[in-house]
Amino acid sequence: MSPLEAIDGRVAAAILAMAAATYLIRAGGFWLMGHVPFTARMRRMLEALPGALVAAIVVPLAVRSGPDAVIALAAAAGVMVASRNDFLAVAAGVAVAAGIRATGF
Amino acid sequence: MTSPSHDHAPPYWSLGGLGHGALLAAPALPGIVVFAAAFGTLAAERGLTLLEATAMSAIVFGGASQLAAMEVWENPLTPAVIVALALVVGAVNMRLLLISASMRPWLGSLPSWQTYPALYFLTDAGWLMATRYRAEGGADVSVFVGASLALWATWVASTVPGYLLGELIADPRRVGLDMVMPAVFVAMLVPLWRGPRRAIPWVVAGAVALVVASLTPGWWFVIAGAVAGCIAGGFVDEPA
Repeated sequence: MSPLEAIDGRVAAAILAMAAATYLIRAGGFWLMGHVPFTARMRRMLEALPGALVAAIVVPLAVRSGPDAVIALAAAAGVMVASRNDFLAVAAGVAVAAGIRATGF
Repeated sequence: MTSPSHDHAPPYWSLGGLGHGALLAAPALPGIVVFAAAFGTLAAERGLTLLEATAMSAIVFGGASQLAAMEVWENPLTPAVIVALALVVGAVNMRLLLISASMRPWLGSLPSWQTYPALYFLTDAGWLMATRYRAEGGADVSVFVGASLALWATWVASTVPGYLLGELIADPRRVGLDMVMPAVFVAMLVPLWRGPRRAIPWVVAGAVALVVASLTPGWWFVIAGAVAGCIAGGFVDEPA
């Protein structure tokens, strides 16, 4: 166990790489707007990205984790549809997963 | 992207605007606390030190992308893992590209040395508050920066208690903590629903990710699925 205040060189490299990727995007949209016009197709591709990314992360994860994860994520989606509150939805997903596992399935 | 429908005053800065912006951000702060604490907990589980987790929150300031990074995180961190981390974080944050583009009409006439540092703190929540203020005719850039800095300070500070709590939890799976990140993403998907036609890219992305995940180790399936879904999205025409 490393001390709490340590920082590893590779971890620092990872943080800087993540920050650089994020800043390129944060500044890039503003920059692009001043230099190149967005085509309708580019806009549609960018609009499709958030949903595509979520599907790409969640589908394999749910299949890998099994029915408890599928039920927990369905509960999160249901609560989100009903309440439109992210934090209630996440709490429901976590609680359902913990509940299923506590009952030993 | 919104272009102003009526004339706005030229952008300016004010000290009072910083406080006004921070006040506008206040309703979002409790959510940020919970979210940052969840990140801190996951970071502790992945074996990051407290300083590393807090530095990541301060420097990346990446919300859901930091949660996604914790799923991809592997020890040891090889150069390939670091590249995958940057790509995953970039993909999760790609939505900020449109948000950033939509800041052009407001910030476009400011000098670059003021705009580009301010954009470092661009987030969905800060943008939402700032565009509401802008829609009411405001032009004070300090309101955007004040809201963003309030979110940033809360995000960084709340990472710490989450981390310390995470160190106390022996089995994160048992209490359902492994579901935090996927549940956050599922919740993100609900407001994005624009009918089955617009969900075709989601199906493509999920299917490609599933196939790639069964064929390759690591987290490349996230990138493969997202790119496939994006391309599909580019070819799904607008409904007539």
